[in-house]
Amino acid sequence: MKVPISWLKEYVEINLPLEELAHRLTLAGLEVEEIRYVGLAMPEEGGGETKITGIGWHPDQIVVAEISEVMPHPDADRLVLCRLNDGKQEHIVLTGAPNLLPFLESGKLDPPLKVAYAREGATIMDAYNETDPNAQTTLKRKKIRGVESYSMTCSEKELGISEEHEGIILLDHDAPTGTPMADYLGDAVFVIAITPNLARAASILGVAREVAALTGAELKLPIIKPALFGDPIQGKVSIVIDNPEDNPRFVLGMIENVEKKPSPYWVQLRLKHAGVRPIDALVDATNYTMLEIGEPLHAFDYDLLLKRAGGKTPQIGTRRAKKGEKLVTLDGVERKLDDFTVLVTDQKGPLSLAGVMGGAETEVGPETRTILLEGASWNYVNVRQTVSAQGLPSEAAYRFERGVHPELAPLGVSRCLDWMQKWTGGIIAEGLVDEYPLPPVDPTVELCPADVQRWLGISLSSQEIADLLKKLEFEVQVNADQLLVTTPPHRLDIGEGMIGKADLMEEIARIYGYDLIPENDLADGLPEQVGNRDLELEEIIRDRLAGLGLQEVVTYRMTSPEAEARVHPPDQLDQDRRYLRVANPISSDKTVLRQDLLASLLEVVERNRRIRDRIALFEIGPEILPTQDKSGTVERSRLAICLSGSRGLSSWQGSEQQDMDFFDLKGLLEALLEGLHIEGVSFKPDAYPSFHPGKTARIEKDDRILGRLGEIHPQVKQNYKLPAKPLAAAVLDLEVLLEMIDDLYEVQPIPVHPPVLEDLALVVDEDLPAQDVQNMIEQTGGNTLREVRLFDVYRGDQLGEGKKSLAYSLVYQDPERTLTDQDVLAIRNKIVLRLEKELGAKLRSW
Amino acid sequence: MAVDLEKIKIQALEALESINGLDGLEKWNVIYLGKNSAIMDVFKSLGTLSKEEKPLVGKNANLVKVALETASTAKEALLKQYAIYQALEQEVIDVSLPGRRVVRGSLHPTTQTLREIYRVFGNMGFQIYRSQEVESDKYNFQLLNFPPHHPARDMQDTFFLESSEDRGDDPLMMRTHTSPGQIHAMREHTRKYPADPPPIRIILPGMCYRYEQITSRSEIQFNQVEGLAVGKGITFGDLKGTLSNFARRMFGQDAKTRFRASHFPFTEPSAEMDVGCFLCGSEGCQVCKGTGWLEILGCGMVHPTVLMNGGFDPEIYSGFAFGMGPERITMMRHHIEDIRYFWANDLRFLDQF
Repeated sequence: MKVPISWLKEYVEINLPLEELAHRLTLAGLEVEEIRYVGLAMPEEGGGETKITGIGWHPDQIVVAEISEVMPHPDADRLVLCRLNDGKQEHIVLTGAPNLLPFLESGKLDPPLKVAYAREGATIMDAYNETDPNAQTTLKRKKIRGVESYSMTCSEKELGISEEHEGIILLDHDAPTGTPMADYLGDAVFVIAITPNLARAASILGVAREVAALTGAELKLPIIKPALFGDPIQGKVSIVIDNPEDNPRFVLGMIENVEKKPSPYWVQLRLKHAGVRPIDALVDATNYTMLEIGEPLHAFDYDLLLKRAGGKTPQIGTRRAKKGEKLVTLDGVERKLDDFTVLVTDQKGPLSLAGVMGGAETEVGPETRTILLEGASWNYVNVRQTVSAQGLPSEAAYRFERGVHPELAPLGVSRCLDWMQKWTGGIIAEGLVDEYPLPPVDPTVELCPADVQRWLGISLSSQEIADLLKKLEFEVQVNADQLLVTTPPHRLDIGEGMIGKADLMEEIARIYGYDLIPENDLADGLPEQVGNRDLELEEIIRDRLAGLGLQEVVTYRMTSPEAEARVHPPDQLDQDRRYLRVANPISSDKTVLRQDLLASLLEVVERNRRIRDRIALFEIGPEILPTQDKSGTVERSRLAICLSGSRGLSSWQGSEQQDMDFFDLKGLLEALLEGLHIEGVSFKPDAYPSFHPGKTARIEKDDRILGRLGEIHPQVKQNYKLPAKPLAAAVLDLEVLLEMIDDLYEVQPIPVHPPVLEDLALVVDEDLPAQDVQNMIEQTGGNTLREVRLFDVYRGDQLGEGKKSLAYSLVYQDPERTLTDQDVLAIRNKIVLRLEKELGAKLRSW
Repeated sequence: MAVDLEKIKIQALEALESINGLDGLEKWNVIYLGKNSAIMDVFKSLGTLSKEEKPLVGKNANLVKVALETASTAKEALLKQYAIYQALEQEVIDVSLPGRRVVRGSLHPTTQTLREIYRVFGNMGFQIYRSQEVESDKYNFQLLNFPPHHPARDMQDTFFLESSEDRGDDPLMMRTHTSPGQIHAMREHTRKYPADPPPIRIILPGMCYRYEQITSRSEIQFNQVEGLAVGKGITFGDLKGTLSNFARRMFGQDAKTRFRASHFPFTEPSAEMDVGCFLCGSEGCQVCKGTGWLEILGCGMVHPTVLMNGGFDPEIYSGFAFGMGPERITMMRHHIEDIRYFWANDLRFLDQF
């Protein structure tokens, strides 16, 4: 809502600086986002808490002047010379304004043209600066085509009013010559963000009510006293309302003998300040009144209605549209209607979309002489549905969607007729036709000081509460500790009972001042502290992974099936994947919810591979999919990791430049699991579509699958245009991982007796997993064998075809005593014997 | 003999004086203290002396030997120390050369901000409650006092999900805020304690979704941390106190706060909390757009309808709720001008945290 201060001042006195007023309105919920100066002197200190833009017009340098003659320029067709009086003296002023050309042949002008005149040295907006819209310039003396120029007549753009720069401003004829423009038309515009509950403030009058309540100034309601009434409207039109729930009130007024012409300049200026384009006095009057009072209005050409009715009395009706019914709206579009749309009709058919847009056929045009003016109230639900179905937002619909009190309808109609008469002439028909089948009940709420104490934490007396509410025009009856508060008949946002009480709390707090309510510590009892184990463990896992050198990423949860299909080789697509689809996707690459966190991560690798050789990433996030029976959704939490590029970071001393592979990631996972004290996890060969078939492991513990680890399949790498080097990845089921974490784990005492160290090299079949050998050594060695570490894998001719050698370093240690050679030998023999017997291993001689 | 001993001593000490290396000292030890040294010769010759002379010469010879040994030890210490000094002088490195680089992982900036929020509210007894990202209209809107077609829905453009059956006015959607968690949490709580439920104090973090064009200022997904306190006798003053405490812990002890009226359907009265711009000291800068204030969170007293929907009697219970965006807070703190950085995952951005 853009509120010109000059307009606001017609309804309420403003005795404090605009910046202070902006501050108070902002604290009370009418957030002033900007003060745009258009002529009034700007504050020297800046806006304080409010953004300030625009220009102040210097009172001595920019004044109202009159042009008595427009003369040709001796050398230039497109330029003219004006004989201009600025109230002090005559000047000859050069201008190229095309809207002066028609006056060239007119000789001495009577009445003279009134213009905004900038004297030498005046600062105005620089209309020719294309790069900076806020640039200003100062007028200097110079010669243009042989004629001296030092001052100018201004366009709207030069005074910061609008972007209009084609012609100069032509003021109303009664503009006082010599008066500073700042005094005559100088203004400042508050740009106010209106929250949905503040529909009542979507008008100048509405904002004035708030200003009055906040500053204590008196509200000056508009006084409507038309000069003359013509014949009564009664008998010229009738109204039938089909469903009062849809249309609680419908008011019609009439004005005859109107004439299409421009509005006075001050009206156009105010409309422009408020963000509405001036059209002609009739249209402007409806817009002006809507902005002023808050009641949207619609004007019909009454003669066209008469014609449609075949000369009979037009019967205006309101009803729901039939599904598929059509109407051409005044933007020329034929609209197919839904059964939730409410129509204004006559005996012939639909006239307009109620509260949204008029129809083309009965639109006011240049030939219109008699206007039938509608002011109504509509159910916000129908208006909203129609706006969204037809894609037709408008200033009128904006207000109806948020609620316009039916009491505003006759006020709006009368006010608008009055403006039409003032601006175009015409005779207002006496009276209004007013159908009001469903007056709203303005709620009365019971309240007591204890309620205020309980909600707001401030203690106010009944009288103090009543005084606060009365500022907002609530009617309050005080009865000792009870208040009966009745909502004033211009707002629809106060509920009944408990809800009304809550609504009033906000009003009391706003007017009392949010900033004056004292801050308390939460004295309420502390709830039982239960923690959130899953989240806490998740955060520990994040810390561990970052500690292991990984970067955490967070990706979009919306993707497309095509994007996700890339995570599989072309011949292994998961055709059966059923996605949760977004009904209204924002773009073609975000049509479904992701089901594969690895795909999201590979996209990050793809994006970064040109920037970084070494990539080490993880994400913890959900995969979201429909349940098997399609009735619900599952969000399964996953951890995905990607690792690729050189093992170390390059350094001037050289470094480990080898590419990371499966075993780097396996080592990392082992470190993670060790850090989480999860023991007994094994890695078994497995198949997983995204992974290289020979380099895939299933990670499991006690037959529960924790996840999978592997190197990305070469064809998948191609899908993401990744280089041939290894890219190791893992996907873990976070829920399983969290379940495997024990909050308690034991630590072993530090041994006091010396260890015995020994190496053991075994020749086994190539396809025997090393893990099996390791497990058997550990099992057979028992408690005395403290550590088994594989330190070499060797293949060579002397071992024979299909064989490999695994070399382990073993640490024997007994917590109770020093081991003898015989002790160690006995265990060792037992191990070797079992390996030979069960795994076909042979001891390798060095 | 006495003269000989003195001479031996003087000669040896003179020779020791000129030695300047450990090798030389080794040789000196052989010459002057070794088996064939003059002093050892004296000991060897003791047998040839008379009974009277023997103890005296022996004693004096021993004194000389001890003196030489002491001198040798002292010299050795001196030489070793010297050797260290010499080495130190040579072993000078260019400390300005870069260090050997170590791989450093880091957490996503949002995670880091979320943790700070968890910590501050955790200290005030707020526990963390999480719920699903896919919600229904009922939980995301209706139970939070947004009836169908409520104009406040305009502020939360929604991603709807297709569903196999017709759900009428309760379609599935991506949650537009974490507020539906309020209803879930309150209902769980009041089911657990049907009579006289104890107070609730929780925060609800998580990803939310809004149908908005992706620009430098708006994203389709963003995190939110919502908060909820319900109990007997919680007032707007408690809300102000709690959130001002949060602001001081989060943004510095000097952080000023300002509460101004606003509107959310699920709170009444509603407010926005601004924090004095911590980047410019409220002088006015680009981040606070010259106002000296930063919009940090929306808040308010829980609407009676929402309390009822959660199973609480609003005549007895009251509460407050608030919601903030960790990405926005991160952006303000680090002067990040493009919200798209958060999910673009360019490592050149993430590396900096």
